[in-house]
Amino acid sequence: MRVGSPPARIFKQALRRCAGLSMLVLAAGPAHAASTLTIATVNNADMVIMKQLSGEFEKSHPDIHLNWVTLEENVLRQRVTTDIATRSGQFDILTIGNYEVPIWAKQGWLAALSPDAAYDADDILPSVKAGLTVDGKLYALPFYAESVMTYYRKDLFAKAGLTMPDAPTYDQIRTFADKITDKGNQVYGLCLRGKPGWGENMAYVTSLVNTFGGQWFDMAWRPMLDSAEWKAALTWYVGALKADGPPGATSNGFNENLALFGSGHCGMWIDSTVAGGLLFDPAQSHVAGNVGFAAAPLGPYGKGPTWLWSWNLAIPASSSHTADAQTFVTWATSKEYVRLVARTHGWVAVPAGTRLSTYDSAEYQKAAPFASFVHTAIDRADPNGPTKQPRPYGGAQFVAIPQFQAIGTQVGQIVAAALSGQTSVDQALTTAQASVTRTVRQSGLMR
Amino acid sequence: MTRKRARLQRIAIGGAAWAVALWVFFPILWMVLTGFKTEPDAISTPPHLIFHPTLSSYREVFARETYWHFALNSVTISVLASIAAILLSIPAAYAMAFLPGRRTRGTLLWMLSTRMLPPVGVLVPIYLLARSTGLLDTRTGLVVIYTLTNLPIMVWMLYTFFREVPVPILEAGRMDGATRWQEITQVLLPLALPGIASTGLLSMILCWNEAFWSLNLTSSAAAPLPTFIASFSSPEGLFFAKLSAASTLAVAPILVFGWLSQKQLVRGLTFGAVK
Repeated sequence: MRVGSPPARIFKQALRRCAGLSMLVLAAGPAHAASTLTIATVNNADMVIMKQLSGEFEKSHPDIHLNWVTLEENVLRQRVTTDIATRSGQFDILTIGNYEVPIWAKQGWLAALSPDAAYDADDILPSVKAGLTVDGKLYALPFYAESVMTYYRKDLFAKAGLTMPDAPTYDQIRTFADKITDKGNQVYGLCLRGKPGWGENMAYVTSLVNTFGGQWFDMAWRPMLDSAEWKAALTWYVGALKADGPPGATSNGFNENLALFGSGHCGMWIDSTVAGGLLFDPAQSHVAGNVGFAAAPLGPYGKGPTWLWSWNLAIPASSSHTADAQTFVTWATSKEYVRLVARTHGWVAVPAGTRLSTYDSAEYQKAAPFASFVHTAIDRADPNGPTKQPRPYGGAQFVAIPQFQAIGTQVGQIVAAALSGQTSVDQALTTAQASVTRTVRQSGLMR
Repeated sequence: MTRKRARLQRIAIGGAAWAVALWVFFPILWMVLTGFKTEPDAISTPPHLIFHPTLSSYREVFARETYWHFALNSVTISVLASIAAILLSIPAAYAMAFLPGRRTRGTLLWMLSTRMLPPVGVLVPIYLLARSTGLLDTRTGLVVIYTLTNLPIMVWMLYTFFREVPVPILEAGRMDGATRWQEITQVLLPLALPGIASTGLLSMILCWNEAFWSLNLTSSAAAPLPTFIASFSSPEGLFFAKLSAASTLAVAPILVFGWLSQKQLVRGLTFGAVK
């Protein structure tokens, strides 16, 4: 009696059947074109336009094909970091911020760029260019930059008999917010970022602390979150948002506040200059006709780095198409590209904060009433400028060290806890000081 | 009195079932509705329940990304990974159900324990392996990963289904001279078909909805629909309506597939439940 086949026969039969499947699976793999550039990017308005117009580049460079990978910002950061750190060469062009550029350039992860004279690199806004230069070499080219400003509702100010100064102080902002707030009608005097994250609430809080005379570290890398300046800044922030902010402020990042202001729920909003274009656009904002703007408020110190963020195109050292990638990067950040956007999408849609020639353009100034304001804000952002006491790090609304993503997010969560009332400001700062001290000690920055 | 009480009980149970169903379905309904709103309406507070529907988000989604490329990748990867996992899990489950050894139970538990590991814990080694074998951004790479990640749960499910098959039926086959291969293909598989079908369907759904590995191991050529959805999230600018439209387009095929196969799925999942 046969109770079954020998194991070897079963194995062979199974192997034969699996082979067919394997062939099918392997046949499903993609084919790669030789001159294809893979571009990793975020989904913001400027990149959407760039993607739309990239057909023009492909027409004039028929040997270069572009392959776009659009990802959510945090996913992009994770993907690109993994790719570049393991030198996988998945991407030929990266969209990265001015936070990453100097850190990655020092690691040898980025290819130095050498645009020709026709590109006119001196036309790039000096403060933006400085953030992308390491040891005299450019490692990325900017396609968009932003600083910070104050947006306010002109109609609510007029109704309350208030006048917004060109350069308000934080004391004035609080007074205005108290007068405008009408919670019964869901009008909140002040909207600010409260969502935890190094690029969310901590971007605003770092800028706030700078103008209150505080800073993250002293020259020996000792954290200074237990200083009186941090306490004053955080007390102002928590107090103002609790009294005059919208409910659930810890859930509000840039986009949520944009929606709140655009739908008429905020009296004032202090945030990125990029919001100007969106708030003045009637298709995206119900209050487009009543938006006023002023400089970012000043705290007791009255100076300090404010805010400078740029999205840039860089080429990883692991790319095997460096020359073609530079051809695209210089095209996408050139003066000619700015003119192409103006021709196809109007001057209001051209990339902001990158080129002096854009701000010199009469058409741009006419189309974007906030243009000169943004230019001044970026010029004054002073990301590597002095804080009240000497500091060992660069960056305006962030600290330009690799550990800041972790530190900023940790402290962002602690600040959000204070804002939601789970802890007091004093407790939050004590916890934050201990947490940051532990991290900088472990990383060897502080001995 | 008793009849009235029974009727009230039925109404209460029915009402509770409807409430739970609506509770579960509400996020999907809200996503579909949001896809037909303008961006300011999509994020307005309080939310607008009555609005002028618009197709603008769908138009923009189709204008901006090549939906069919991502959808084709999702179909190919899910189908191939499910077939591969079924082919591997059937012999494994057969051996464990009908030829158990001293360590079978331990092996089953160990297999399941691999599902308890957060994927991010093995991201770097898997990424490096994929890079060195040339499987980054390939459908083959995702098929291999999905097959391996779904294998433990599929072996478990099939093991449970196979255990419900009466052993005397298999023995009768052997008495009639069936080989092991014939015993599996001609006796066991037809008997356990509802269970195998539901296991395959579950695998399809798991593969279709998987986001972590697809976001980390693919970029463009092999990117499936979760990558398509992620591309509509914007750091600066309103995107909820477009994201909802993209999500609706991404889940629509699997919802239709689930709807069409629900009878098979329920039959399989209750296979052997009542003898």
